[in-house]
Amino acid sequence: MQTLQPSQSLARAVSDEPAIVTQGLSKSYKNVRALTGVDLVVPPGSVFGLLGPNGAGKTTLVRILATLLKPDAGTARVAGYDVVREGGRLRTQIGVAGQYAAVDENLTGFENLEMVGRLYHLGGRVAQSRADELLQHFDLEEAGRRPVKTYSGGMRKRLDLAAALVARPPVIFLDEPTTGLDPRSRVSLWETIERRVAEGSTVLLTTQYLDEADRLADRIAVIDHGRVIAEGTSDELKHQVARERLEVVLGEGADPTVALQALAVMGDGQQPRVEGQVISVSVGRRPGAIVEAVRRLDTARVEIVDVAIRRPTLNDVFFTLTGHKAEESAAGEAE
Amino acid sequence: MSQLLAGIGDTLVITRRNLIRIPRAPDLLIGFTVQPVMFVLLFVYVFGGAIKTPGFKYVDYLMPGIITQTIAFGGYLTAVGLNEDLRKGLVDRFRSLPMARSAVLAGRTLADVIMNLLATALMVAVGLAIGFRFATSVPQVLAGILLLLLFGLAFSWIFALMGLLASSAESAGSIGFLIVFPLTFVSSAFVPVQSMPSLLQAFAKANPFTIVVDAARALFLGTPGNSIWAALAWSIGLIAVFAPVAVARYRRVVAN
Repeated sequence: MQTLQPSQSLARAVSDEPAIVTQGLSKSYKNVRALTGVDLVVPPGSVFGLLGPNGAGKTTLVRILATLLKPDAGTARVAGYDVVREGGRLRTQIGVAGQYAAVDENLTGFENLEMVGRLYHLGGRVAQSRADELLQHFDLEEAGRRPVKTYSGGMRKRLDLAAALVARPPVIFLDEPTTGLDPRSRVSLWETIERRVAEGSTVLLTTQYLDEADRLADRIAVIDHGRVIAEGTSDELKHQVARERLEVVLGEGADPTVALQALAVMGDGQQPRVEGQVISVSVGRRPGAIVEAVRRLDTARVEIVDVAIRRPTLNDVFFTLTGHKAEESAAGEAE
Repeated sequence: MSQLLAGIGDTLVITRRNLIRIPRAPDLLIGFTVQPVMFVLLFVYVFGGAIKTPGFKYVDYLMPGIITQTIAFGGYLTAVGLNEDLRKGLVDRFRSLPMARSAVLAGRTLADVIMNLLATALMVAVGLAIGFRFATSVPQVLAGILLLLLFGLAFSWIFALMGLLASSAESAGSIGFLIVFPLTFVSSAFVPVQSMPSLLQAFAKANPFTIVVDAARALFLGTPGNSIWAALAWSIGLIAVFAPVAVARYRRVVAN
Protein backbone atom coordinates (compact mmCIF):
# COMPACT_ATOMS: atom_id res chain seq x y z
CA MET A 1 0.00 0.00 0.00
CA GLN A 2 1.44 3.37 -0.94
CA THR A 3 1.08 5.07 2.39
CA LEU A 4 2.98 8.24 2.94
CA GLN A 5 4.55 8.62 6.32
CA PRO A 6 2.84 11.66 7.82
CA SER A 7 5.92 12.49 9.85
CA GLN A 8 8.06 13.04 6.75
CA SER A 9 5.94 15.75 5.32
CA LEU A 10 5.15 17.20 8.73
CA ALA A 11 8.76 17.87 9.55
CA ARG A 12 8.92 20.33 6.68
CA ALA A 13 5.74 22.10 7.64
CA VAL A 14 6.86 23.12 11.11
CA SER A 15 8.52 26.47 10.71
CA ASP A 16 6.22 28.87 12.52
CA GLU A 17 4.08 28.23 15.61
CA PRO A 18 1.45 25.89 14.14
CA ALA A 19 -2.21 26.94 14.15
CA ILE A 20 -3.36 23.39 14.82
CA VAL A 21 -1.41 20.48 16.26
CA THR A 22 -2.80 17.09 17.16
CA GLN A 23 -0.94 14.17 18.70
CA GLY A 24 -2.31 10.67 18.93
CA LEU A 25 -5.86 11.94 18.84
CA SER A 26 -8.32 9.09 19.36
CA LYS A 27 -12.06 8.86 19.80
CA SER A 28 -14.50 5.94 19.94
CA TYR A 29 -18.29 5.85 19.97
CA LYS A 30 -19.48 2.75 21.80
CA ASN A 31 -17.70 0.11 19.70
CA VAL A 32 -16.88 2.21 16.66
CA ARG A 33 -13.39 3.70 16.55
CA ALA A 34 -13.87 7.06 14.86
CA LEU A 35 -10.28 8.27 15.23
CA THR A 36 -7.17 6.25 15.99
CA GLY A 37 -4.00 8.19 16.71
CA VAL A 38 -4.31 11.18 14.42
CA ASP A 39 -1.19 13.39 14.22
CA LEU A 40 -1.48 16.61 12.28
CA VAL A 41 0.33 19.92 12.10
CA VAL A 42 -1.29 22.84 10.31
CA PRO A 43 0.94 25.89 9.73
CA PRO A 44 -0.67 29.31 10.26
CA GLY A 45 -2.03 31.22 7.29
CA SER A 46 -2.71 28.11 5.25
CA VAL A 47 -5.62 26.02 4.10
CA PHE A 48 -5.52 22.45 5.24
CA GLY A 49 -7.83 19.99 3.49
CA LEU A 50 -9.19 16.87 5.12
CA LEU A 51 -10.31 14.34 2.54
CA GLY A 52 -11.97 11.07 3.29
CA PRO A 53 -15.01 8.91 2.70
CA ASN A 54 -17.99 9.16 4.98
CA GLY A 55 -17.43 7.74 8.42
CA ALA A 56 -13.67 8.29 7.99
CA GLY A 57 -13.60 10.54 11.05
CA LYS A 58 -13.39 13.98 9.43
CA THR A 59 -16.33 15.46 11.28
CA THR A 60 -15.24 13.86 14.55
CA LEU A 61 -11.84 15.51 14.17
CA VAL A 62 -13.36 18.93 13.46
CA ARG A 63 -15.74 18.57 16.41
CA ILE A 64 -12.85 17.79 18.76
CA LEU A 65 -10.81 20.74 17.50
CA ALA A 66 -13.82 23.06 17.89
CA THR A 67 -14.23 21.83 21.51
CA LEU A 68 -17.62 20.28 20.78
CA LEU A 69 -16.35 16.81 21.62
CA LYS A 70 -13.74 15.50 24.05
CA PRO A 71 -11.08 13.11 22.72
CA ASP A 72 -10.59 9.76 24.47
CA ALA A 73 -6.82 9.99 24.12
CA GLY A 74 -4.18 12.24 22.66
CA THR A 75 -3.84 16.00 22.70
CA ALA A 76 -4.74 18.84 20.39
CA ARG A 77 -3.91 22.53 20.44
CA VAL A 78 -5.61 25.19 18.36
CA ALA A 79 -4.15 28.71 18.19
CA GLY A 80 -1.90 27.66 21.07
CA TYR A 81 -4.72 26.53 23.38
CA ASP A 82 -5.40 22.99 24.54
CA VAL A 83 -8.81 21.77 23.33
CA VAL A 84 -9.67 20.14 26.65
CA ARG A 85 -8.16 22.37 29.31
CA GLU A 86 -8.38 25.80 27.64
CA GLY A 87 -11.64 25.50 25.74
CA GLY A 88 -12.94 28.89 26.82
CA ARG A 89 -9.97 30.86 25.49
CA LEU A 90 -9.69 28.62 22.45
CA ARG A 91 -13.25 29.47 21.43
CA THR A 92 -12.38 33.17 21.17
CA GLN A 93 -9.93 32.19 18.40
CA ILE A 94 -12.14 30.04 16.16
CA GLY A 95 -15.06 30.24 13.78
CA VAL A 96 -17.05 27.19 12.72
CA ALA A 97 -19.30 26.56 9.75
CA GLY A 98 -20.91 23.18 9.66
CA GLN A 99 -22.23 20.59 7.28
CA TYR A 100 -25.74 21.65 8.19
CA ALA A 101 -26.22 25.39 8.01
CA ALA A 102 -26.56 26.20 11.70
CA VAL A 103 -28.43 29.46 11.47
CA ASP A 104 -31.70 30.34 13.18
CA GLU A 105 -34.53 30.10 10.67
CA ASN A 106 -36.79 32.43 12.59
CA LEU A 107 -34.25 35.21 12.82
CA THR A 108 -33.29 37.47 9.94
CA GLY A 109 -29.84 37.23 8.43
CA PHE A 110 -28.90 40.41 10.25
CA GLU A 111 -30.22 39.18 13.58
CA ASN A 112 -28.33 35.92 13.21
CA LEU A 113 -25.00 37.65 12.64
CA GLU A 114 -25.63 40.28 15.29
CA MET A 115 -26.42 37.55 17.83
CA VAL A 116 -23.23 35.68 17.00
CA GLY A 117 -21.26 38.93 17.31
CA ARG A 118 -22.73 39.62 20.74
CA LEU A 119 -21.93 36.07 21.83
CA TYR A 120 -18.31 36.70 20.77
CA HIS A 121 -18.61 39.70 23.13
CA LEU A 122 -17.84 42.21 20.40
CA GLY A 123 -20.31 44.66 21.92
CA GLY A 124 -23.63 45.73 20.43
CA ARG A 125 -22.42 48.45 18.07
CA VAL A 126 -19.53 46.45 16.64
CA ALA A 127 -21.74 43.37 16.31
CA GLN A 128 -24.26 45.36 14.27
CA SER A 129 -21.78 47.03 11.96
CA ARG A 130 -19.98 43.74 11.45
CA ALA A 131 -23.29 42.05 10.59
CA ASP A 132 -24.00 44.70 7.94
CA GLU A 133 -20.49 44.37 6.56
CA LEU A 134 -20.76 40.59 6.20
CA LEU A 135 -24.24 40.70 4.68
CA GLN A 136 -22.91 43.03 2.04
CA HIS A 137 -19.84 40.90 1.47
CA PHE A 138 -21.87 37.72 1.05
CA ASP A 139 -24.37 39.32 -1.26
CA LEU A 140 -27.14 39.03 1.32
CA GLU A 141 -27.76 42.72 1.80
CA GLU A 142 -31.27 42.68 0.39
CA ALA A 143 -32.22 39.46 2.15
CA GLY A 144 -30.65 40.60 5.40
CA ARG A 145 -33.92 41.84 6.96
CA ARG A 146 -35.92 38.75 6.03
CA PRO A 147 -36.24 35.65 8.21
CA VAL A 148 -33.80 32.94 7.16
CA LYS A 149 -36.63 30.49 6.50
CA THR A 150 -37.25 32.42 3.26
CA TYR A 151 -33.65 31.83 2.10
CA SER A 152 -32.46 29.35 -0.52
CA GLY A 153 -29.97 26.63 0.44
CA GLY A 154 -27.11 28.61 -1.03
CA MET A 155 -28.05 31.76 0.88
CA ARG A 156 -28.17 29.79 4.15
CA LYS A 157 -24.73 28.35 3.46
CA ARG A 158 -23.36 31.82 2.84
CA LEU A 159 -24.92 33.11 6.03
CA ASP A 160 -23.49 30.15 7.93
CA LEU A 161 -20.04 30.94 6.60
CA ALA A 162 -20.53 34.63 7.42
CA ALA A 163 -21.38 33.62 11.00
CA ALA A 164 -18.07 31.78 11.23
CA LEU A 165 -16.23 34.95 10.19
CA VAL A 166 -17.99 37.45 12.46
CA ALA A 167 -15.13 37.80 14.93
CA ARG A 168 -12.41 37.56 12.26
CA PRO A 169 -11.08 34.45 14.01
CA PRO A 170 -7.51 33.35 13.31
CA VAL A 171 -8.61 29.72 12.87
CA ILE A 172 -11.65 28.72 10.84
CA PHE A 173 -13.18 25.25 10.61
CA LEU A 174 -15.29 24.53 7.57
CA ASP A 175 -17.02 21.18 7.52
CA GLU A 176 -18.11 20.56 3.92
CA PRO A 177 -18.86 24.24 3.31
CA THR A 178 -20.00 23.93 -0.30
CA THR A 179 -21.98 20.68 -0.22
CA GLY A 180 -25.22 21.33 -2.07
CA LEU A 181 -24.17 24.69 -3.53
CA ASP A 182 -24.51 25.60 -7.19
CA PRO A 183 -21.21 26.05 -9.09
CA ARG A 184 -21.35 29.86 -9.04
CA SER A 185 -21.87 30.03 -5.27
CA ARG A 186 -19.09 27.52 -4.76
CA VAL A 187 -16.61 29.66 -6.65
CA SER A 188 -17.59 32.83 -4.82
CA LEU A 189 -17.29 31.00 -1.51
CA TRP A 190 -13.84 29.76 -2.50
CA GLU A 191 -12.80 33.31 -3.26
CA THR A 192 -13.97 34.43 0.16
CA ILE A 193 -11.99 31.67 1.84
CA GLU A 194 -8.91 32.60 -0.16
CA ARG A 195 -9.28 36.23 0.86
CA ARG A 196 -9.53 35.28 4.55
CA VAL A 197 -6.37 33.20 4.24
CA ALA A 198 -4.58 36.05 2.50
CA GLU A 199 -5.44 38.16 5.55
CA GLY A 200 -3.74 35.59 7.75
CA SER A 201 -6.42 33.15 8.87
CA THR A 202 -5.84 29.43 8.96
CA VAL A 203 -8.58 27.28 7.49
CA LEU A 204 -9.22 23.61 8.17
CA LEU A 205 -11.56 22.35 5.51
CA THR A 206 -13.27 19.01 5.10
CA THR A 207 -14.72 18.29 1.73
CA GLN A 208 -16.05 15.55 -0.46
CA TYR A 209 -15.12 17.57 -3.56
CA LEU A 210 -11.61 16.87 -4.70
CA ASP A 211 -11.48 19.85 -7.01
CA GLU A 212 -12.26 22.00 -3.98
CA ALA A 213 -9.33 20.54 -2.03
CA ASP A 214 -7.14 20.85 -5.12
CA ARG A 215 -8.05 24.49 -5.59
CA LEU A 216 -7.97 25.65 -1.96
CA ALA A 217 -5.79 23.43 0.15
CA ASP A 218 -2.09 24.06 0.59
CA ARG A 219 -1.81 20.69 2.23
CA ILE A 220 -4.15 17.73 2.21
CA ALA A 221 -4.55 14.81 4.59
CA VAL A 222 -6.40 11.78 3.34
CA ILE A 223 -8.20 10.15 6.22
CA ASP A 224 -9.83 6.73 6.25
CA HIS A 225 -11.09 4.56 9.11
CA GLY A 226 -9.98 7.20 11.59
CA ARG A 227 -6.36 7.29 10.41
CA VAL A 228 -4.38 9.71 8.31
CA ILE A 229 -3.21 7.48 5.45
CA ALA A 230 -1.46 10.15 3.40
CA GLU A 231 -0.52 13.76 3.82
CA GLY A 232 1.15 16.32 1.61
CA THR A 233 0.53 18.98 -1.02
CA SER A 234 -1.84 18.12 -3.82
CA ASP A 235 1.07 17.63 -6.22
CA GLU A 236 3.02 15.47 -3.78
CA LEU A 237 0.04 13.20 -3.36
CA LYS A 238 -0.55 12.93 -7.08
CA HIS A 239 3.08 12.10 -7.78
CA GLN A 240 3.57 9.63 -5.03
CA VAL A 241 0.29 7.84 -5.12
CA ALA A 242 -1.36 7.85 -8.50
CA ARG A 243 -0.14 6.95 -11.99
CA GLU A 244 -0.88 8.24 -15.42
CA ARG A 245 -3.98 6.69 -16.89
CA LEU A 246 -4.79 5.75 -20.41
CA GLU A 247 -8.36 6.70 -21.17
CA VAL A 248 -10.11 5.24 -24.23
CA VAL A 249 -13.56 6.19 -25.47
CA LEU A 250 -14.93 3.21 -27.38
CA GLY A 251 -17.25 3.28 -30.39
CA GLU A 252 -20.90 2.53 -29.76
CA GLY A 253 -20.76 -1.10 -30.85
CA ALA A 254 -17.44 -1.94 -29.21
CA ASP A 255 -17.19 -4.44 -26.35
CA PRO A 256 -15.29 -3.00 -23.33
CA THR A 257 -14.23 -6.50 -22.25
CA VAL A 258 -12.45 -7.14 -25.56
CA ALA A 259 -10.80 -3.72 -25.34
CA LEU A 260 -9.56 -4.39 -21.80
CA GLN A 261 -8.10 -7.72 -22.91
CA ALA A 262 -6.25 -6.00 -25.76
CA LEU A 263 -4.79 -3.44 -23.37
CA ALA A 264 -4.08 -5.84 -20.49
CA VAL A 265 -0.32 -6.02 -21.08
CA MET A 266 -0.02 -2.22 -20.86
CA GLY A 267 -1.48 -1.98 -17.37
CA ASP A 268 0.66 -1.65 -14.26
CA GLY A 269 -1.34 -4.16 -12.27
CA GLN A 270 -4.00 -1.83 -10.90
CA GLN A 271 -7.64 -2.56 -11.46
CA PRO A 272 -8.86 -0.92 -14.71
CA ARG A 273 -12.09 1.09 -14.59
CA VAL A 274 -15.03 0.89 -16.96
CA GLU A 275 -17.79 3.48 -17.16
CA GLY A 276 -20.12 2.83 -20.07
CA GLN A 277 -18.02 3.09 -23.21
CA VAL A 278 -15.10 4.73 -21.42
CA ILE A 279 -12.33 2.52 -20.12
CA SER A 280 -9.40 3.72 -18.11
CA VAL A 281 -6.21 1.76 -17.48
CA SER A 282 -3.45 2.78 -15.11
CA VAL A 283 -0.22 2.64 -17.12
CA GLY A 284 2.38 4.22 -14.86
CA ARG A 285 4.98 6.05 -16.93
CA ARG A 286 4.89 4.46 -20.39
CA PRO A 287 6.25 6.51 -23.30
CA GLY A 288 4.36 5.97 -26.53
CA ALA A 289 1.30 4.63 -24.73
CA ILE A 290 -1.19 6.27 -27.06
CA VAL A 291 0.33 4.89 -30.22
CA GLU A 292 0.66 1.46 -28.68
CA ALA A 293 -2.96 1.49 -27.50
CA VAL A 294 -4.30 2.48 -30.89
CA ARG A 295 -2.30 -0.29 -32.55
CA ARG A 296 -3.43 -2.93 -30.10
CA LEU A 297 -7.09 -1.92 -30.27
CA ASP A 298 -6.93 -1.80 -34.06
CA THR A 299 -5.49 -5.31 -34.16
CA ALA A 300 -8.31 -6.46 -31.88
CA ARG A 301 -10.81 -4.74 -34.20
CA VAL A 302 -12.17 -2.52 -31.45
CA GLU A 303 -13.70 0.69 -32.74
CA ILE A 304 -12.45 3.76 -30.83
CA VAL A 305 -13.58 7.36 -30.70
CA ASP A 306 -10.84 8.93 -28.64
CA VAL A 307 -7.66 8.01 -26.78
CA ALA A 308 -5.93 10.19 -24.23
CA ILE A 309 -3.41 10.07 -21.42
CA ARG A 310 -4.75 11.53 -18.26
CA ARG A 311 -2.47 12.98 -15.63
CA PRO A 312 -3.42 11.84 -12.17
CA THR A 313 -6.08 13.82 -10.35
CA LEU A 314 -6.85 13.88 -6.67
CA ASN A 315 -9.70 11.56 -7.53
CA ASP A 316 -7.15 8.97 -8.59
CA VAL A 317 -5.20 9.56 -5.39
CA PHE A 318 -8.31 9.03 -3.39
CA PHE A 319 -9.28 5.92 -5.32
CA THR A 320 -5.86 4.41 -4.97
CA LEU A 321 -5.67 5.07 -1.25
CA THR A 322 -9.14 4.17 -0.12
CA GLY A 323 -10.36 1.84 -2.83
CA HIS A 324 -13.39 3.91 -3.70
CA LYS A 325 -14.31 7.20 -5.26
CA ALA A 326 -14.66 10.21 -3.04
CA GLU A 327 -17.85 11.71 -4.33
CA GLU A 328 -19.70 8.43 -4.66
CA SER A 329 -18.91 7.37 -1.13
CA ALA A 330 -19.67 10.78 0.27
CA ALA A 331 -22.97 11.19 -1.52
CA GLY A 332 -24.66 8.66 0.76
CA GLU A 333 -25.59 9.10 4.39
CA ALA A 334 -24.22 11.89 6.51
CA GLU A 335 -21.18 11.19 8.61
CA MET B 1 -17.40 38.66 38.64
CA SER B 2 -16.84 39.76 35.04
CA GLN B 3 -17.44 36.12 34.07
CA LEU B 4 -20.76 36.17 35.89
CA LEU B 5 -21.73 39.40 34.13
CA ALA B 6 -20.73 37.94 30.77
CA GLY B 7 -22.85 34.89 31.59
CA ILE B 8 -25.84 37.12 32.32
CA GLY B 9 -25.22 39.07 29.12
CA ASP B 10 -25.07 35.85 27.08
CA THR B 11 -28.26 34.59 28.71
CA LEU B 12 -30.04 37.81 27.74
CA VAL B 13 -28.82 37.53 24.13
CA ILE B 14 -30.20 33.97 23.92
CA THR B 15 -33.43 35.00 25.68
CA ARG B 16 -33.97 37.78 23.19
CA ARG B 17 -33.32 35.40 20.32
CA ASN B 18 -35.89 32.95 21.71
CA LEU B 19 -38.50 35.70 22.06
CA ILE B 20 -37.93 37.30 18.66
CA ARG B 21 -39.13 34.14 16.95
CA ILE B 22 -42.53 34.06 18.63
CA PRO B 23 -44.30 36.83 16.70
CA ARG B 24 -42.95 35.26 13.49
CA ALA B 25 -44.31 31.79 14.17
CA PRO B 26 -48.10 32.12 13.96
CA ASP B 27 -48.70 28.78 15.73
CA LEU B 28 -46.65 29.87 18.72
CA LEU B 29 -48.20 33.30 18.84
CA ILE B 30 -51.70 31.81 18.77
CA GLY B 31 -50.69 29.29 21.43
CA PHE B 32 -49.69 32.09 23.75
CA THR B 33 -52.47 34.58 23.06
CA VAL B 34 -55.62 33.34 21.38
CA GLN B 35 -55.62 29.90 22.98
CA PRO B 36 -55.55 30.94 26.66
CA VAL B 37 -58.13 33.65 26.03
CA MET B 38 -60.32 31.15 24.22
CA PHE B 39 -60.07 28.76 27.17
CA VAL B 40 -61.05 31.52 29.61
CA LEU B 41 -64.13 32.33 27.53
CA LEU B 42 -65.06 28.67 26.98
CA PHE B 43 -64.80 27.79 30.64
CA VAL B 44 -66.64 30.84 31.87
CA TYR B 45 -69.49 30.79 29.36
CA VAL B 46 -69.79 27.08 28.42
CA PHE B 47 -68.88 25.13 31.56
CA GLY B 48 -69.20 27.92 34.10
CA GLY B 49 -72.97 27.64 34.42
CA ALA B 50 -72.79 23.91 35.19
CA ILE B 51 -69.92 23.99 37.69
CA LYS B 52 -70.82 24.76 41.30
CA THR B 53 -68.24 26.81 43.14
CA PRO B 54 -69.86 27.69 46.46
CA GLY B 55 -68.85 31.13 47.66
CA PHE B 56 -67.37 32.24 44.32
CA LYS B 57 -68.48 33.58 40.99
CA TYR B 58 -67.10 30.99 38.53
CA VAL B 59 -64.91 33.55 36.76
CA ASP B 60 -63.24 34.36 40.08
CA TYR B 61 -62.75 30.68 40.84
CA LEU B 62 -61.43 29.97 37.34
CA MET B 63 -58.89 32.74 36.77
CA PRO B 64 -56.19 31.58 39.25
CA GLY B 65 -56.60 28.02 37.94
CA ILE B 66 -56.46 28.80 34.27
CA ILE B 67 -53.53 31.18 34.65
CA THR B 68 -51.66 28.42 36.47
CA GLN B 69 -52.41 25.97 33.67
CA THR B 70 -51.29 28.39 30.97
CA ILE B 71 -48.07 29.12 32.81
CA ALA B 72 -47.32 25.43 33.29
CA PHE B 73 -47.66 25.00 29.52
CA GLY B 74 -45.29 27.90 28.90
CA GLY B 75 -42.38 25.45 29.06
CA TYR B 76 -43.67 23.98 25.81
CA LEU B 77 -41.53 26.61 24.08
CA THR B 78 -38.45 25.26 25.78
CA ALA B 79 -39.23 21.63 24.91
CA VAL B 80 -39.82 22.36 21.23
CA GLY B 81 -37.15 25.04 20.87
CA LEU B 82 -34.41 23.08 22.61
CA ASN B 83 -35.15 19.98 20.59
CA GLU B 84 -35.01 21.97 17.34
CA ASP B 85 -31.79 23.70 18.33
CA LEU B 86 -30.13 20.37 19.01
CA ARG B 87 -31.34 18.83 15.80
CA LYS B 88 -30.54 21.76 13.55
CA GLY B 89 -27.02 22.26 14.85
CA LEU B 90 -27.64 25.58 16.61
CA VAL B 91 -26.53 24.15 19.93
CA ASP B 92 -23.24 23.24 18.24
CA ARG B 93 -22.96 26.78 16.94
CA PHE B 94 -23.50 28.17 20.45
CA ARG B 95 -21.06 25.69 21.98
CA SER B 96 -18.35 26.73 19.54
CA LEU B 97 -18.68 30.37 20.60
CA PRO B 98 -16.84 31.91 23.55
CA MET B 99 -20.11 32.35 25.46
CA ALA B 100 -21.19 30.96 28.81
CA ARG B 101 -22.32 27.42 28.06
CA SER B 102 -25.05 27.67 30.69
CA ALA B 103 -26.70 30.48 28.71
CA VAL B 104 -28.31 28.08 26.22
CA LEU B 105 -30.56 26.52 28.88
CA ALA B 106 -30.84 29.61 31.06
CA GLY B 107 -31.86 31.74 28.07
CA ARG B 108 -34.52 29.19 27.18
CA THR B 109 -36.16 29.12 30.56
CA LEU B 110 -35.91 32.89 31.02
CA ALA B 111 -37.71 33.39 27.70
CA ASP B 112 -40.50 31.14 29.04
CA VAL B 113 -40.80 33.27 32.17
CA ILE B 114 -41.16 36.43 30.09
CA MET B 115 -43.74 34.82 27.79
CA ASN B 116 -45.61 33.59 30.86
CA LEU B 117 -45.67 37.10 32.27
CA LEU B 118 -47.13 38.43 29.01
CA ALA B 119 -49.72 35.64 28.80
CA THR B 120 -50.69 36.32 32.43
CA ALA B 121 -51.15 40.02 31.76
CA LEU B 122 -53.32 39.23 28.74
CA MET B 123 -55.47 36.75 30.65
CA VAL B 124 -55.90 39.07 33.61
CA ALA B 125 -57.00 41.82 31.21
CA VAL B 126 -59.55 39.53 29.57
CA GLY B 127 -60.66 38.28 33.00
CA LEU B 128 -61.18 41.81 34.26
CA ALA B 129 -63.22 42.59 31.16
CA ILE B 130 -65.60 39.71 31.84
CA GLY B 131 -66.10 40.32 35.53
CA PHE B 132 -63.08 38.89 37.37
CA ARG B 133 -62.00 40.95 40.40
CA PHE B 134 -58.98 40.70 42.69
CA ALA B 135 -60.04 40.81 46.35
CA THR B 136 -56.60 41.41 47.87
CA SER B 137 -53.91 44.09 48.05
CA VAL B 138 -51.53 44.88 45.20
CA PRO B 139 -48.49 43.32 46.97
CA GLN B 140 -50.48 40.11 47.47
CA VAL B 141 -51.50 40.01 43.83
CA LEU B 142 -47.89 40.60 42.76
CA ALA B 143 -46.69 37.92 45.17
CA GLY B 144 -49.24 35.55 43.62
CA ILE B 145 -48.00 36.28 40.10
CA LEU B 146 -44.39 35.80 41.18
CA LEU B 147 -45.30 32.49 42.76
CA LEU B 148 -46.98 31.33 39.56
CA LEU B 149 -43.99 32.42 37.47
CA LEU B 150 -41.72 30.43 39.75
CA PHE B 151 -43.98 27.39 39.36
CA GLY B 152 -43.86 27.96 35.59
CA LEU B 153 -40.06 28.01 35.73
CA ALA B 154 -40.17 24.59 37.40
CA PHE B 155 -42.24 23.32 34.47
CA SER B 156 -39.81 24.90 32.02
CA TRP B 157 -37.13 22.63 33.44
CA ILE B 158 -39.45 19.62 33.19
CA PHE B 159 -40.21 20.54 29.57
CA ALA B 160 -36.48 21.10 28.94
CA LEU B 161 -35.89 17.51 29.98
CA MET B 162 -38.68 16.37 27.63
CA GLY B 163 -37.08 18.34 24.81
CA LEU B 164 -33.75 16.63 25.48
CA LEU B 165 -35.25 13.14 25.68
CA ALA B 166 -37.69 13.32 22.77
CA SER B 167 -36.78 12.21 19.28
CA SER B 168 -38.44 15.19 17.59
CA ALA B 169 -39.72 18.65 18.41
CA GLU B 170 -43.33 17.54 17.91
CA SER B 171 -43.07 14.58 20.25
CA ALA B 172 -41.26 16.76 22.80
CA GLY B 173 -44.31 19.00 22.84
CA SER B 174 -46.85 16.22 22.97
CA ILE B 175 -45.10 14.33 25.79
CA GLY B 176 -45.28 17.58 27.75
CA PHE B 177 -49.00 17.88 27.04
CA LEU B 178 -49.58 14.29 28.13
CA ILE B 179 -48.04 15.08 31.49
CA VAL B 180 -49.45 18.52 32.12
CA PHE B 181 -53.03 18.00 30.92
CA PRO B 182 -54.09 15.31 33.41
CA LEU B 183 -52.23 17.07 36.20
CA THR B 184 -54.05 20.34 35.64
CA PHE B 185 -57.49 18.82 35.13
CA VAL B 186 -57.32 16.50 38.12
CA SER B 187 -56.75 19.45 40.42
CA SER B 188 -58.68 22.33 41.91
CA ALA B 189 -57.91 24.47 38.83
CA PHE B 190 -61.34 24.21 37.17
CA VAL B 191 -63.68 22.45 39.57
CA PRO B 192 -63.80 22.02 43.36
CA VAL B 193 -61.93 18.86 44.35
CA GLN B 194 -64.90 17.80 46.52
CA SER B 195 -66.95 17.18 43.38
CA MET B 196 -64.63 14.39 42.17
CA PRO B 197 -64.87 10.63 42.95
CA SER B 198 -62.96 9.76 46.11
CA LEU B 199 -60.00 8.10 44.36
CA LEU B 200 -59.43 11.16 42.16
CA GLN B 201 -59.95 13.40 45.18
CA ALA B 202 -57.02 11.78 46.93
CA PHE B 203 -54.85 12.38 43.87
CA ALA B 204 -56.14 15.91 43.34
CA LYS B 205 -55.44 16.89 46.94
CA ALA B 206 -51.82 15.73 46.73
CA ASN B 207 -51.39 17.24 43.25
CA PRO B 208 -48.99 20.20 43.30
CA PHE B 209 -51.34 21.97 40.90
CA THR B 210 -54.06 22.00 43.54
CA ILE B 211 -51.61 23.36 46.08
CA VAL B 212 -50.35 26.09 43.75
CA VAL B 213 -53.83 27.03 42.49
CA ASP B 214 -55.09 27.23 46.07
CA ALA B 215 -52.14 29.45 46.95
CA ALA B 216 -52.93 31.69 43.97
CA ARG B 217 -56.56 31.90 45.12
CA ALA B 218 -55.40 32.86 48.59
CA LEU B 219 -53.22 35.62 47.14
CA PHE B 220 -55.72 36.84 44.50
CA LEU B 221 -59.05 36.31 46.27
CA GLY B 222 -58.11 36.17 49.93
CA THR B 223 -59.46 32.64 50.40
CA PRO B 224 -58.61 31.01 53.73
CA GLY B 225 -56.28 28.07 54.04
CA ASN B 226 -52.57 28.48 53.78
CA SER B 227 -50.92 26.55 50.99
CA ILE B 228 -48.62 29.42 49.97
CA TRP B 229 -45.53 27.99 51.67
CA ALA B 230 -46.30 24.51 50.36
CA ALA B 231 -46.68 25.95 46.86
CA LEU B 232 -43.35 27.75 47.19
CA ALA B 233 -41.74 24.56 48.47
CA TRP B 234 -43.15 22.54 45.55
CA SER B 235 -41.90 25.09 43.01
CA ILE B 236 -38.41 25.25 44.48
CA GLY B 237 -38.36 21.48 45.00
CA LEU B 238 -39.27 20.75 41.38
CA ILE B 239 -36.60 23.16 40.17
CA ALA B 240 -34.05 21.61 42.53
CA VAL B 241 -34.80 18.17 41.09
CA PHE B 242 -35.42 18.84 37.41
CA ALA B 243 -32.90 21.61 36.67
CA PRO B 244 -29.85 19.47 37.55
CA VAL B 245 -31.34 16.43 35.79
CA ALA B 246 -32.00 18.49 32.64
CA VAL B 247 -28.51 20.02 32.78
CA ALA B 248 -26.94 16.58 33.18
CA ARG B 249 -29.01 15.25 30.29
CA TYR B 250 -28.02 18.27 28.17
CA ARG B 251 -24.35 17.60 28.87
CA ARG B 252 -24.74 13.97 27.84
CA VAL B 253 -26.66 14.80 24.68
CA VAL B 254 -24.16 17.38 23.46
CA ALA B 255 -21.17 15.20 24.31
CA ASN B 256 -22.09 12.78 21.52
